[in-house]
Amino acid sequence: MSSTQISTSLAVSENGFLFLPTTGETFTVNETGRFILRRLQEGREQQEIISSLIDEFDVEPVDAQRDVLDFIGQLRQYHLTDTQ
Amino acid sequence: MDKKKYERPVILKQQSGLMNKFGSATSTQPMTDIEGVPVAELAAAYGSPLFVLSEKKMRDTQQQCQRIFRSRYPKVQFAWSYKTNYMNAVCSIFHSEGSWAEVVSEFEFDRARHLGVRGEHIIFNGPAKSAAALEKAVRAHSKIHIDHFDELYELIEITTSLGLKADVAIRVNVDVGIYPKWDRFGFNYENGEAREALKRIAASKTLRIVGLHMHIGTYIMSTEPFRVAVSKLVALANWLKQQLAIDLDYIDVGGGLPSHNTLKGQYLQADETLPALEQFADAITAPLFELESHGDAMPTLILESGRALVDGAGYLISTVLAVKRLSDGKRAYVIDAGINLLFTSLWYKHKMVPAQPTGVMREQANIYGPLCMNIDCIQEDASVPALKKGDRVVLMNVGAYTMTQWMQFITFRPAIVLITADGSPHVIRKAESLEYVMSLEEIPPSLRSLSA
Amino acid sequence: MKIAVTGLNNTDNPAPGVPVIRALRDRWPDSLHVVGLLYDALEPGAYLADVADANYMIPYPSAGLEQLFTRISSIHEVEKFDIIIPTLDSELNGFIKLAPRLAALGIKLFLPTEDQLRLRSKDKLVDFCSAHGIIVPRNVLATSVQDLYTIAQEFEYPVAIKGIFYDAAIVNNLDEAIAAFRRMQAKWGLPVVVQEFIAGDEYNVCALGDGARTIGAVAMKKLYVTDKGKGWSGITINDPALLEIAQKTIAALQWRGGIELEFIRERETNSYYLLEINPRFPAWVYLAVGAGQNLPAALVDLITGAAVTPFEKYSVGKMFVRYSWDHITDIAQFESLTVHGALRHG
Repeated sequence: MSSTQISTSLAVSENGFLFLPTTGETFTVNETGRFILRRLQEGREQQEIISSLIDEFDVEPVDAQRDVLDFIGQLRQYHLTDTQ
Repeated sequence: MDKKKYERPVILKQQSGLMNKFGSATSTQPMTDIEGVPVAELAAAYGSPLFVLSEKKMRDTQQQCQRIFRSRYPKVQFAWSYKTNYMNAVCSIFHSEGSWAEVVSEFEFDRARHLGVRGEHIIFNGPAKSAAALEKAVRAHSKIHIDHFDELYELIEITTSLGLKADVAIRVNVDVGIYPKWDRFGFNYENGEAREALKRIAASKTLRIVGLHMHIGTYIMSTEPFRVAVSKLVALANWLKQQLAIDLDYIDVGGGLPSHNTLKGQYLQADETLPALEQFADAITAPLFELESHGDAMPTLILESGRALVDGAGYLISTVLAVKRLSDGKRAYVIDAGINLLFTSLWYKHKMVPAQPTGVMREQANIYGPLCMNIDCIQEDASVPALKKGDRVVLMNVGAYTMTQWMQFITFRPAIVLITADGSPHVIRKAESLEYVMSLEEIPPSLRSLSA
Repeated sequence: MKIAVTGLNNTDNPAPGVPVIRALRDRWPDSLHVVGLLYDALEPGAYLADVADANYMIPYPSAGLEQLFTRISSIHEVEKFDIIIPTLDSELNGFIKLAPRLAALGIKLFLPTEDQLRLRSKDKLVDFCSAHGIIVPRNVLATSVQDLYTIAQEFEYPVAIKGIFYDAAIVNNLDEAIAAFRRMQAKWGLPVVVQEFIAGDEYNVCALGDGARTIGAVAMKKLYVTDKGKGWSGITINDPALLEIAQKTIAALQWRGGIELEFIRERETNSYYLLEINPRFPAWVYLAVGAGQNLPAALVDLITGAAVTPFEKYSVGKMFVRYSWDHITDIAQFESLTVHGALRHG
């Protein structure tokens, strides 16, 4: 699986508050969402993120897999990913 | 090491006017049990979807209503509105609280008789009573509420040929200044039709006028229409007394009181805007004291409340079948209870509460039922916490007009469980089976080979 | 004294929260702790350090009473305020219903009853006014687009189309009426009020009732009206006829709390038509303070049981000139409100 490029300028606070300086848009994200976002920003592979999510949280692998894909879909919907 | 609690990852864009997720703490409080019985156990034992009714809640509501009305007017009689929920167990609860039966068809009449309700404690309403049904009602000494002249003449004919007398009332429709106007039922007050009907009945040898009946509408959200309507019925009763020297046994004000559901298109929640039951009771009872002397006895006030008594006692347990994203990115859920079970969701925003703990992040989501029909939408833009496949939810205030208006469409109708006063669940209607649904069907011989 | 106030939404359709707080600070410059209760993270008043000492988000009225109560209880545990002054129309029903439960927490309110609130609602206004000899424009309560077709039979265009809580639009034909109807219905529900249009100048009265007496009343003529119909400057006037109608209305309602009466003085006859009764102070309430009647402070006196003597006069010819001001802040404040639902100053 490939990695997803997150807009490099996206600022994510510890509170789960997101600010995209290029557009001025703000977002809120929950704990698991922040967990995934941070790892995407670090350039981690999708599969690696899913594994670390399963290690850290009480979640079934099949749910983690589906939810990470869905979350990346949400990021794409908000144009927070750099399409390459 | 214990792993962290998982919540489906959610990101929400902040938009003006939609930046308020605070104060949602209580609505994310899950409803893990109904009257002490865990939702998970109910669903595991009886399946999902599942209707659950609370006996305690029905009795508490009925007793509270009785207190409120009896503290304002000396003689009050409730008549359980069968069409609202005619499950035998439900009717039995209301009858044991002293309610009579209010029926609108031969089918409902027979149900009441089957439960052992005395004939004179059945009020027979409705615009479509068959000759056979009228005959049954006459023989049982039930109170027949006449809807139109054709029925009046038919009833005179039936009683005359049977050589029996019948106790009757007329349904009166009055203009109370609200819309829609329910003038298709009964005899009109303002244009004098009601007086004509009463004169005709008084002239008959077989019919005895014992009451006046009205029913101004459903889910009436203010008290004034009731006050106006009862005032007009009282004026009619006083006219009866003066002109025809008739004393009434009762005045039946019908139903129409609202439940705690919020209507679609209503900005504020029902609980915030609806008058209290005490205020409705004031509006209904105050004009009754304008009745002119009825000998010693004031007529009985009859109430045919259904929705207000049973809606809050009904729950629908359902299961999330799928979590989807629509083409515009909006969240959508498919749950296993749809419009086939909740006809009422066409006009109510039924509150939906998760049955297990969730996170606090809420998304705007559409809630769809399981039917492959576009109309099968329980709610649009509901604010719900992140749910996942297999999660249970509870839809609230679904005790009225669901178990009588549900459809057997595409799939079976589910079981209904009553949690009795001692806190134990009992199936009061089994889930349908293929055998049950097909038991009424027949295949013509010429087609049988095709089905082999 | 600690007081919580709602409605810090000082946009071009301002809520009365900020001027109410300003009035209270005038009276109690040193001893007041103010808590702002917000419905939106961008309510401007929350960002100004000299308005409320602390600001908290509360759920929309449409989210339900239980949520509102729980949220207020949890804020109260921290801030321990003694009084809530709601300043918005649409939240009043809820606060009236919650009043006994809030009282149990030691929180006092001074509100009209549900019946009083209903009497003055837009769909009942004509009945109320006719019963008390107050001149009022005729109206039609529309519950469907169908009802709009009767407009032409009832009155002449233009007519005013009003949402049951807020918003109004002047429309000139059926097409505009239908568009406005749909907008009002979607936002505020049914019925939508179609009101006869009266040509003339706008006059408003800001007042306070204690359930029997009128504690104070100040009349104002709008001098500048924005394209949203909001008065952006105005001047106090003294027309005994106008004040008499206001007193009569407040007496008939036995009003408890702040109130705003909106009138049009009809061009030909010079009669005052009562357009609307708003069940709260107006956003221009500080003009009343400037003219000598600190009505918000008097409201607090009524709540605390302090002696209140009705105001007898006010300065005529006092003006308010509203202005907008770009306050500069940091994203951290916005973050604090959106993530934690709270923003404290100092």
